[in-house]
Amino acid sequence: MDYSLIGISVLWLFLFGYIIVASIDFGAGFFTLHASLTGEAHRVNGLIERYLNPVWEVTNVFFVFFFVGIVGFFPETAYYYGTIMLIPGSIALILLAARGAFYAFENYGQDRKLSWLIIYGLSGLLIPAALSTALTISEGGYIIENQNNSIDLNWEALLLSPFGWAVVFLAIVSVLYISSGFLTFYAHRAKDFEAYHLLRKWFLLWGAPMIIISLFVFLSLRIQNKAHFESAVFDYGWLFIISLIAFMIAGVLTFLKKAHGVAFIFVIIQMGTAFFGYGLSKLPYILYPYVKLNHAVTNDSMALFLVIAFVFGLILLLPSLYFLLRLFVLDKDYVRGRK
Amino acid sequence: MDAVDISRFLTGMTLAVHIIFATIGVGMPLFFAIAEFLGIKKRKPQYIALAQRWSKGYTITVAVGVVTGTIIGLQLSLLWPTFMRIGGHVIALPLFMETFAFFFEAIFLSIYLYTWNRFKNQWIHFFLSIPVIIGGTFSAFFITSVNSFMNTPAGMTLKNGRMVNVDPVEAMFNASFFVRSFHVVATAIMTMAFILAGIAAFKLLKNKVQEDKRYHQSALKITMIAGLIFSLLSMLAGDLSAKFLHEHQPEKLAAYEWHFDTESHADLVLFGVLDESTQEVKGAIRVPGALSFLSDNRFSTEVKGLNEFPKEELPPLIVHYFFDLMVVFGIFCFIVSAIYVLTLIIKRFNSHHKWLLYMILLTGPAAMLAIEFGWFLTELGRQPWIVRGVLKIQEAATQASGLTFVTILFAILYFVLLVSATFVLVRMFKHKPAYEDIRNIESQRSEA
Repeated sequence: MDYSLIGISVLWLFLFGYIIVASIDFGAGFFTLHASLTGEAHRVNGLIERYLNPVWEVTNVFFVFFFVGIVGFFPETAYYYGTIMLIPGSIALILLAARGAFYAFENYGQDRKLSWLIIYGLSGLLIPAALSTALTISEGGYIIENQNNSIDLNWEALLLSPFGWAVVFLAIVSVLYISSGFLTFYAHRAKDFEAYHLLRKWFLLWGAPMIIISLFVFLSLRIQNKAHFESAVFDYGWLFIISLIAFMIAGVLTFLKKAHGVAFIFVIIQMGTAFFGYGLSKLPYILYPYVKLNHAVTNDSMALFLVIAFVFGLILLLPSLYFLLRLFVLDKDYVRGRK
Repeated sequence: MDAVDISRFLTGMTLAVHIIFATIGVGMPLFFAIAEFLGIKKRKPQYIALAQRWSKGYTITVAVGVVTGTIIGLQLSLLWPTFMRIGGHVIALPLFMETFAFFFEAIFLSIYLYTWNRFKNQWIHFFLSIPVIIGGTFSAFFITSVNSFMNTPAGMTLKNGRMVNVDPVEAMFNASFFVRSFHVVATAIMTMAFILAGIAAFKLLKNKVQEDKRYHQSALKITMIAGLIFSLLSMLAGDLSAKFLHEHQPEKLAAYEWHFDTESHADLVLFGVLDESTQEVKGAIRVPGALSFLSDNRFSTEVKGLNEFPKEELPPLIVHYFFDLMVVFGIFCFIVSAIYVLTLIIKRFNSHHKWLLYMILLTGPAAMLAIEFGWFLTELGRQPWIVRGVLKIQEAATQASGLTFVTILFAILYFVLLVSATFVLVRMFKHKPAYEDIRNIESQRSEA
């Protein structure tokens, strides 16, 4: 079996996991802030806190897992992405740190301050913007090679790139879309109808811009990296069509106020098929044209041990994660605030 | 400063902040587990209140620990891309397993913190603390394994700038792994014990809420007994480390002790001032033969001196002071906890004498400073290598532009985090006397 393929599949799956759970978290921060500014705090905050308090730390681990895993399976990427992402990566880290810490200070410290809430709410939108630059850069064309063989990020190209900006906006809008989708379901389950109406409205509102920006990303990818675009359309176009159908089902169900759990599953399918379609069509490049899947992979003995560690890790993690879900998401009494 | 110096400075700053919270993270779960165990076993609500209040404060420190840990995890690739490109082939396994341990801990910690009253059987909640302790300890083991690989690389050979013939298990359980991780875990628990004891001593000295006196006294008793046990273990670990260095990294031990000429019956040098050009040490306290004894339990042992090694491969000699301070602060904590435990055994003495409490108050900061000094000592002591004997730091640092800019940003972030975490922690407990919590627990229990 090919270790590089196992490695990239595992990592892509965890990155997808992170995108879903982090989007819920980031979006929730923005909704909390928005609700406080418009005087609707009482409508959503209790609900969001009940969900977020126990899970935010776990969300963070998904991210750690991804970047530790990619360096482990593909050490070559550490050199390229490590060098190029110094500034965008550091900014994302600082925002992530400020956000996580101030979230804890505010919630556990029972010390509410609007300024902390602003850090928390806005950083949730800026983090995906900063992190998504890694995806933009991976398409190629943003790296300068210096004479002494060192590399650096081409800021000018990055800041003037329509593709780069489209990805940033897509990241932000998807965060709000996924988050409101989940929270609609959670609010409905909590029988918290005030929050439910507000979040359902948000969800329906963000659907259209998300699809429009996605199309724009597609079109600008054609300019940025033609081979990637063609592979996405001709080889994996069916995945994107499934994605679009799932999007419509989720929207219709929510519009009709029916089966919110199923609707959110369709949101996951929608995001998942698009995300894997994007990833598959990108192969064999991890960073165009510098890092190819097969050249970047770690030695066989390490790869074997990583796969073994991964399997044992999952045997430990999956039941634990299920236990966590059962206590804080699937338990009706907890969700309704009776525990 | 050039790129290498700035990268070193930023990494050092991140780790100096992270290690405070990482130490608390490793040590703390054991203490709220002990308190909860006593509370259930002895049916005393005051111990339950202790466990609840400790774990409540822990939520704040753990948050900062998680975020600074995430930072250092990514900074390794951002600041030392060449190191990760080469070393990634070998250290990936312990790094990966650390993430799993952390994941495991995070899940159960969340469950532990939010399920105080959700299980009918109190023991179920207590048992949730065990995976938290295991996860925390193992993540300390695995991450120490990465660091010990950088000191004593094993399980690979370097060929054309790549690490080949990799044996991940041999690399993970490299020569210094056991002694280091033992030292890390023992000192973390020891430090946590003294910090908690320091807080209890402070509360007893200030004594604003008379009803809480017994509560703080029992906290003091638990933490000081644990402090004594773990400072003994830490001293044992320290002794093992010295013997290990003597055998595997003699240049590091010689730098700690300003030991220039290879000789038997080598002296242990305490403090003093060094004139590097003449290699003369002034104003130091010399313990005759102690360095030889420390290295091998025999006074006649020959200890290698710094002059045996090429000059460009020597660590900076300032590490000597860090070594002295670490040892002195550690021993101070041991003595204070020993006196306290003696006062418990010999009933004639007052365990809560004002002066003893002042001393206990000082053990908290002393232990934490010893941790910081110990890490500065071991990290500076590895210079000029990033992986000893394999890769020098100059070859590993990033060449990207913008280093100064991000360093300033991170400095601001750490300052804000430290100040606000302290502020929040103080406010959390300042106007919340423990007896109120104890009463709440009692009333909940009578309802049930």
